[in-house]
Amino acid sequence: MPITINDQSHELPDDPRVSLLDFLGTHIGLTGTKKGCDHGQCGACTVIVNGMRINSCLSLAALHDGDHVTTIEGIGTPTDPSALQLSFVEHDGFQCGYCTPGQICSATAMADEFANGWPSDASDSLTGDIAITPEEVRERMSGNLCRCGAYANIIDAIMDTVTAEKEAQS
Amino acid sequence: MNAYFKQDEPDTRNLLDTGKQGVIGKALSRPEGLAKVTGTAPYSAEYQIDGCLEGVLVTAPFARGRITAIDKKAALAMDGVIAVIDDPRMTTRPAQGTAAAAPEQGPGEVDYFGQPIALIVAETFEQARHAAKNLPFDYEADEIGSVPLDPESAPRETDDGSSMSKGDLAHAMKTAPHTVDLRYRTHGHVSAAIEPHAAIAQWDGTKLTVHAAQQMPNYNIAELADITGLDEENVRLISRYVGGGFGSKLGVAEETAAAAIAAMQLSRPVRVVMSRQQVMQAIGHRSESRQRVRLAADSGGVLTGFGHEALVANLPGESFAEPVLQSSQFLYGGDNRLLKLEIARIHRSTAASVRAPGEAVGMPVLEAAMDVLAEEIGIDPVELRLKNIPEKDPDTGLPFTEHGLARCLKEGAEAFGWDSGPRQPRLKRDGDWWIGTGVASAARVHNVAEAKARVTLNPDGTASVQTDMTDIGTGTYAILSQIAGEMLGLPPEKVLVQLGDTDFPRGPGSGGSWGAASIGSAVLVACEELRGSLAEKAGVNSDELDIADGMLNGQPVSDLLGGKELSALGHYEPGKIADDYTSSGFGAFFAEVRVNRHTGEVRVSRMLGAFAFGRVLNAKTARSQCIGGLVWSIGTALTEALLFDPNDGHIANADLAEYHVPVHRDIPALDVLMLEKKDAAASAIQAKGIGELGMCGGAGAIANAIYNASGARIFEFPMTPDKVLQAMEDN
Amino acid sequence: MKPFDLQRADGLAHAGQLCADKHTAPIAGGTNFVDLLKLEVETPSTVVNINPLPLGGIEETADGGLSIGALVSNTATAVDMRVRENWPVLARAILAGATQQLRNKATTGGNLCQRTRCYYFTNIDQPCNKREPGSGCGAIKGVARLHAVLGTSDHCIATYPGDMAVVLAALDAQVEIAGPKDSTRTVPVRDFHRLPGDQPWKDNVLEDGEIITAVTLPAPVAGRQVYRKVRERSSYAFALVSVAAVIDMDGDSITRADLAFGGLAHKPWHDPRIADLLVGQSPSEALFDKAADLLLEEAQGYGENDFKIPLARRTLKAVLAEATGVKP
Ligand SMILES: Cc1cc2nc3c(=O)[nH]c(=O)nc-3n(C[C@H](O)[C@H](O)[C@H](O)COP(=O)(O)OP(=O)(O)OC[C@H]3O[C@@H](n4cnc5c(N)ncnc54)[C@H](O)[C@@H]3O)c2cc1C
Ligand code: SF4
Ligand code: FES
Ligand code: FES
Repeated sequence: MPITINDQSHELPDDPRVSLLDFLGTHIGLTGTKKGCDHGQCGACTVIVNGMRINSCLSLAALHDGDHVTTIEGIGTPTDPSALQLSFVEHDGFQCGYCTPGQICSATAMADEFANGWPSDASDSLTGDIAITPEEVRERMSGNLCRCGAYANIIDAIMDTVTAEKEAQS
Repeated sequence: MNAYFKQDEPDTRNLLDTGKQGVIGKALSRPEGLAKVTGTAPYSAEYQIDGCLEGVLVTAPFARGRITAIDKKAALAMDGVIAVIDDPRMTTRPAQGTAAAAPEQGPGEVDYFGQPIALIVAETFEQARHAAKNLPFDYEADEIGSVPLDPESAPRETDDGSSMSKGDLAHAMKTAPHTVDLRYRTHGHVSAAIEPHAAIAQWDGTKLTVHAAQQMPNYNIAELADITGLDEENVRLISRYVGGGFGSKLGVAEETAAAAIAAMQLSRPVRVVMSRQQVMQAIGHRSESRQRVRLAADSGGVLTGFGHEALVANLPGESFAEPVLQSSQFLYGGDNRLLKLEIARIHRSTAASVRAPGEAVGMPVLEAAMDVLAEEIGIDPVELRLKNIPEKDPDTGLPFTEHGLARCLKEGAEAFGWDSGPRQPRLKRDGDWWIGTGVASAARVHNVAEAKARVTLNPDGTASVQTDMTDIGTGTYAILSQIAGEMLGLPPEKVLVQLGDTDFPRGPGSGGSWGAASIGSAVLVACEELRGSLAEKAGVNSDELDIADGMLNGQPVSDLLGGKELSALGHYEPGKIADDYTSSGFGAFFAEVRVNRHTGEVRVSRMLGAFAFGRVLNAKTARSQCIGGLVWSIGTALTEALLFDPNDGHIANADLAEYHVPVHRDIPALDVLMLEKKDAAASAIQAKGIGELGMCGGAGAIANAIYNASGARIFEFPMTPDKVLQAMEDN
Repeated sequence: MKPFDLQRADGLAHAGQLCADKHTAPIAGGTNFVDLLKLEVETPSTVVNINPLPLGGIEETADGGLSIGALVSNTATAVDMRVRENWPVLARAILAGATQQLRNKATTGGNLCQRTRCYYFTNIDQPCNKREPGSGCGAIKGVARLHAVLGTSDHCIATYPGDMAVVLAALDAQVEIAGPKDSTRTVPVRDFHRLPGDQPWKDNVLEDGEIITAVTLPAPVAGRQVYRKVRERSSYAFALVSVAAVIDMDGDSITRADLAFGGLAHKPWHDPRIADLLVGQSPSEALFDKAADLLLEEAQGYGENDFKIPLARRTLKAVLAEATGVKP
């Protein structure tokens, strides 16, 4: 079975050693997903596979047959950016921009995790309702390093869109 | 047209304030923002070049010695391997910032563990990576024990340029009513830019074109020319987007040199991306330091003696010595002064610039010692600092340019809600957590550098700015569009800024926080020239110009241009202002921390930085530079430390799992006050550097807050739980 | 990464047969294995993709416990409502580990089998008896910050780095294992990981060809459940020391004290003498000190990690105080 990336079908590589990250960047030219460490230690390579965010550097492309992958390119484009992408621009939620696609993929998937009511290490209760607080978001985004130190702005950018989405829903 | 301005005197014309567009200083979003958030901004390794080969560096598994033989045949027999390159031109260390010449070359001689010794080139990355891990080679390693690795016991030299002595510090220490004499340690740091070092080199037989992650193409082109033996005319370096630098990409590093040489040998494009572990081990790190601070004060808290000494380390042959004492030269008074910087020669990886070289570790130590002194005197620590701000540079006697320390301390204290009451430790507790506050001053010397930029008014009335200056996240794209927009009467979105290409005029490079002020001044100079010709065309005096939104005194600028472009090369150079003043950015940090009384874990719960750095060019990107600095302050205070193996000097924790840069959860909401006051003697745009100021002392405020919270006085950075516990237990 | 042959497991028996070869290893989430493949710490000739195996469910057992399939993701375990309600300490431990991205891929089996984070183990240019038997231990004379203070040997002082297994040891969960010839066996988590001894390359008791199929939790018990992880940053860091505790009281008397410790040893550390000491006693600071004395009786530091000994004492005491409601 082929792999589907941003709604496009692709053949998997022959060499089983190719990581999903290198497959995206080198094989099919989707360079929006970044390599920061290649060892699951920075989050720059975060993509969404079947709705769940993962580190694409620690996943062998060959094991993704039949999977649906969303990368930063699938989240929005310069002419049609997502609300979160715009919010990052507005809040200056980045500096060099290298960790940014990973932050945005991560935060996009995080919204669903909140919607599912999944707790985090920062949740007071494991079984009660979970409020979307900055502290919750910080914990849940801790898998995405930003060496430029844009953290405070990233949290503002995320809180803004999450709150706006909540308001739109109610 | 060319326009040249050498600044010998303060520039009080404040030209930017005469613009009518009203965009300078505004909190505008970055023009390249959408490209970055959609993943469409291309970083160096991401250019899709047909037939590009993949190179992976091989590194030395010993501290010092030489490679005696490489079994290239065996490597070439491996799947996909095309070449094994160990050309003597290959570099073994990164070039230091502003070197403009090749660093150490010759990969056969090994000076530190993890030094590159060869490059494997293969068809695919997977093939090259595997071959690089399995290249057979022979070597002679110098015996363990014969290679100096420990700065304490290694041969040392004194760095005279950073040392001075005046009056009699020993006597002041003996006679003053209040003294402290304290010894500190700081550990090594790495820049850890999230984009690893990367280059793609192309060679057409005459000309070398390299996409590389670099901060200073203006120097890097000379380094690369020197390394390869080419003339600069035949080298083109492109660094349009750089995924963070923080000093690590100041000079051409091993991967760029190797890619270039490989491309020239093989006549095929070659990409070399360092692994994270290689970046940690073979790119420069901030030296660990041992420091001693001696302070003597009279009964009123005025300093009579000031001593700051430091021991740092580097490889033999490196001129760079972490300038730990840079701010100590002028921050506080005290007639009896002694500064001494020593450098130990050891065989660990290259010590080089990491964000705010010097101040990053010198200031937190000094500011921690000031806190001990304040307690000894029984004076509020904000007050102690206010009492010791010198009128003129206490070392050179030079006047200061705009000096914002007192403002920052006062307004910062006010905004933070600083309590100037009694400051005994352990007054406040929330469950298992002690809570306390701390303050520190910030200072970072300000420099400006020579810079050139071309500004062009296009026939349609839009403009473009071109320079080889880079934007490493600092906001160069944004601020240059604002400076040109302000001066040429254009909304910034009508100004196309093109950076990071040595085919453009030479900028100052991004480093030492001098980028914005220097390149901004060059753009201003070019714009001034363009305004002159526009005035001429419109038949008005320059000072009568009223240009905004593309209209000049009621007439479209495009009409005046008459279908032709108008272009000027601006050339700015600091003249006597560089010698006649001591110029620095200043600030104050206030931190609140929580210290777990059982485990010694520390969390920063609140932090504020108040900064004075001349003119604010873009309130949004400037603030971002400041919060980035605060994040680094937190990392320096609490988590960041390189662990060197005592037997071979290698970095044990050479990855991002075990070298702990702060994560989201370590960082609370951050407050920044930008106390703008234009500094006419700082640059032609009255701006000073801000990229590093935000971390020059901040870790000291956190250290002081840890003491105030828990009573743990710690003399070592970072203050990990083990050190906090030990200091609490000693209590 | 050494070239390898990628095989797909068509059933447990097939997986077992393939993995019986000592140059063959299974891959689950890959978050540890791919990391080590890239570093060439792991150099198998064949890698078996076990993800197609039907081991991805969480089911209740006859005696009220829970069986968590080997391929259940760490996220799925942590967010399972039965786990959150009845074994909250397990959810807490998982959530305190790694990051959401990693937990989404990490599996029960892979998490149990994750290898040490010893810096020398992951650097093939350094000596390491675990990676290369007989090459020496780089950590003992080098940087031992992450390393063990309990149960070490002259050959290896590495720690088991995970969080989940520490809680599983406290809960006395069982590891279900399938052998190559349709055999199965059950091993208590407490006995699953080994001490290094003179065979530090053996992390656990799995033999070639054995595959973990599930972990079984015993029926829930009454009491306070606490997982306390001390780390160098507030998230995304391995434990310096961690304590898992299930403590129950009857009035002023401790009736249950199931404790296990992370960051201290080559395995999640469980010392039955501590429960013997605590049960039947009334909680007090002095009692907690005695428990810590017992835990750390034979603790030995290696320089850089000496701090773990006082840190373990303090963390244990804080956890006991919290769980018993004693004001320290
Ligand atoms: C940066 C980073 C930080 C981390 N932080 C933490 C942390 O704080 N706490 C923590 O607990 N963990 C942490 N982890 C580790 C993570 O939890 C493990 O990598 C993960 O649990 C492994 O699961 P996996 O399914 O991906 O295993 P894999 O990588 O697929 O496999 C790991 C090992 O287990 C073997 N294996 C897998 N499944 C089976 C099976 N069913 N039977 C037999 N053998 C099997 C494999 O052969 C391999 O040897 C971290 C990891 C990274 C990269
Ligand atoms: S502690 Fe164990 S894993 Fe680490 S180097 Fe020594 S033998 Fe290897
Ligand atoms: S590149 Fe995948 S986590 Fe860093
Ligand atoms: S924006 Fe540079 S690393 Fe996050």
